[in-house]
Amino acid sequence: MFEYEAKEILRDKYGVKVPRSVLIRKGEDPIAKMKEAGLEPPVVVKAQVLVAGRGKAGGIKMARTWEEVKEKVEELFNKPIKGIVPKLLLIEEAIPHDVELYVGIVIDRSERKPVILASRYGGMDLEEIAKEKPDSIVRTHVDPFIGLKGYQARLIGKKIGLKGKALGSFSKFLTALYNMFMDYDGELAESNPLALVGDEVIPLDARLIVDDNALYKHPELQKDILEETGEYTEWEIKARRLGLAFVELDGDIGIIGNGAGLTMTTMDLVYEYGGKPANFLDIGGGADAEHVKTAVSFLIEFPKTKKIFMNIFGGITRCDEVAKGIVKAFQELGEVKKPIVVRLAGTNEEEGRKILRENGIEAFVDPIEAVKRLMEL
Amino acid sequence: MAVLLDENSRVIVQGITGREGSFHTKLMLEYGTKIVAGVTPGKGGQEVYGVPVYDTVSEAVEAHPEANTSIIFVPARFAADAAYEAIDAGLKLVVVITEHIPVHESMKFINYAKQKGTTIIGPNCPGIISPGKAKVGIMPGHVFKPGSIGIVSRSGTLTYEIGYAITKEGMGQSTVIGIGGDPVIGTSFTEAMKLYEEDPETEALVLVGEIGGDMEERAAQMIKRGEFTKPVVAFIAGRTAPPGKRMGHAGAIIMAGTGTYEGKVQALQEAGVKVAKTPFEIPDLLKEVLKK
Repeated sequence: MFEYEAKEILRDKYGVKVPRSVLIRKGEDPIAKMKEAGLEPPVVVKAQVLVAGRGKAGGIKMARTWEEVKEKVEELFNKPIKGIVPKLLLIEEAIPHDVELYVGIVIDRSERKPVILASRYGGMDLEEIAKEKPDSIVRTHVDPFIGLKGYQARLIGKKIGLKGKALGSFSKFLTALYNMFMDYDGELAESNPLALVGDEVIPLDARLIVDDNALYKHPELQKDILEETGEYTEWEIKARRLGLAFVELDGDIGIIGNGAGLTMTTMDLVYEYGGKPANFLDIGGGADAEHVKTAVSFLIEFPKTKKIFMNIFGGITRCDEVAKGIVKAFQELGEVKKPIVVRLAGTNEEEGRKILRENGIEAFVDPIEAVKRLMEL
Repeated sequence: MAVLLDENSRVIVQGITGREGSFHTKLMLEYGTKIVAGVTPGKGGQEVYGVPVYDTVSEAVEAHPEANTSIIFVPARFAADAAYEAIDAGLKLVVVITEHIPVHESMKFINYAKQKGTTIIGPNCPGIISPGKAKVGIMPGHVFKPGSIGIVSRSGTLTYEIGYAITKEGMGQSTVIGIGGDPVIGTSFTEAMKLYEEDPETEALVLVGEIGGDMEERAAQMIKRGEFTKPVVAFIAGRTAPPGKRMGHAGAIIMAGTGTYEGKVQALQEAGVKVAKTPFEIPDLLKEVLKK
């Protein structure tokens, strides 16, 4: 979710005071829009991109005059931030402040509870805080059924050095952030920096990452943001749209496996024998011939692969179905110059290997033999 | 003896009339699992492979008070509800096969299960098998044989591969648990290890981990503290996985320098665990540690 969306939710649904701002699209007149919204320089112009480390990558600019506003807007609309050109900019009142705090909420995997992380030293990202001021990070677990209590929030505030009325303001903000995290199935809710202005905290930035698996509960959020995050390559986006679990890597040997663990292990095995995997592609459990065909065709077309290694251990997945899918992919694509080595074991393995051999595709039972053969090609 | 699941387990299948549910009910029955009832709301009164179907878990438990275990094949949107239903019906072991359950939902029903004394396995897991006794899951039964090796794994297919490699070398398994590939799961490595430590049938344990999270590191600490005393052999998948990318499983991701392959291997080795470079070294390493 974009910064402006997270801030809108915090303001409109949870009553948080956020900086006054205006959102502009390319081609819109920033000055007119600012005047309409009653904003004046100095302002902060912020690229609305989903990549992490936006500030450091030059996506946030201060503008002190009307002239500078124009300049910075022009500059940011034409500047890719980690490869992503922003479609929207947020122009926000500049808020003078002395202290920048950090607060973030994630789920602690081993405690199976939300954990609040807070630090006196905001402004830098959490990894940097962990490296430079590790003792400043205050961790607090919250019982998901009881929720965040006021005293917990005040205690966190105390531990990061807040006093007096600021404690109340911080507690109110943290409760809002926690409620947003829980209501929206957050993987992460974060404000960094959270500015201390007198007795009041004001979120200068806000982030909310929603669990993909929970998007069905929040139809108002559901939209195609694969391209916006900067996390996925062109081929990863293509794969996602075909329903394939695919990750692009640096090498040149195409990898297909069934099951995430086995597919990773197949990558590792290729590496162990001197090869470099070009990708991770998991066809999952119980794949039919059609799904296998889609996966194999995709990898043949994927330009990084010079050869392909397929490692299948059939449990629920039937080896004959897999073999049929491979053969179909090769038939449909016609002349393919990329060699493929297949290891098939498990349910219906003999039938599967027979189908492959009849169609001139090398099939093995032993994965080590298969990977050695692959490296000879 | 075995861990969590044995010949006395009486099983309810939730989502029994669905495609996956009915298919695996057939396979579990063929394996010899005692399935006493199935549940699908609105389908009460039907039968699936001779198993009576009820609308609710509480009705199923009333008619079959010996039921103590449940397996959930319900789609992700309704799976959390099914888990609460099983917990509230007093079932002691609940295996959640379903993938793509929102992590907040899993987190909540797992906390609830703890309060009520129910063990959850999964979500997003292949289930549990005590070879020769019972299978509550989707793994191919024939790759495992009764024996003395315990396996706890974050992966599905890889577990079958490793189980099969062990079986081919003439060894067998006491209980195999696929704990699941999600970030938040009901039974962790260390929680499973406590059970294996108490199980006289288990002589050695295989841990099958992967990148992401810190369960392997916690297992290593437990061994170091002397709380797990049986020999352990481990394999970690994802040596060549790049940081910041989810490798198929929602939980398999290296974030901010934590959850790396190297970190896990080092922690385990420091605790005296033999770490296999490939899954196929595991049987030999097991023979080695069992000789001592």
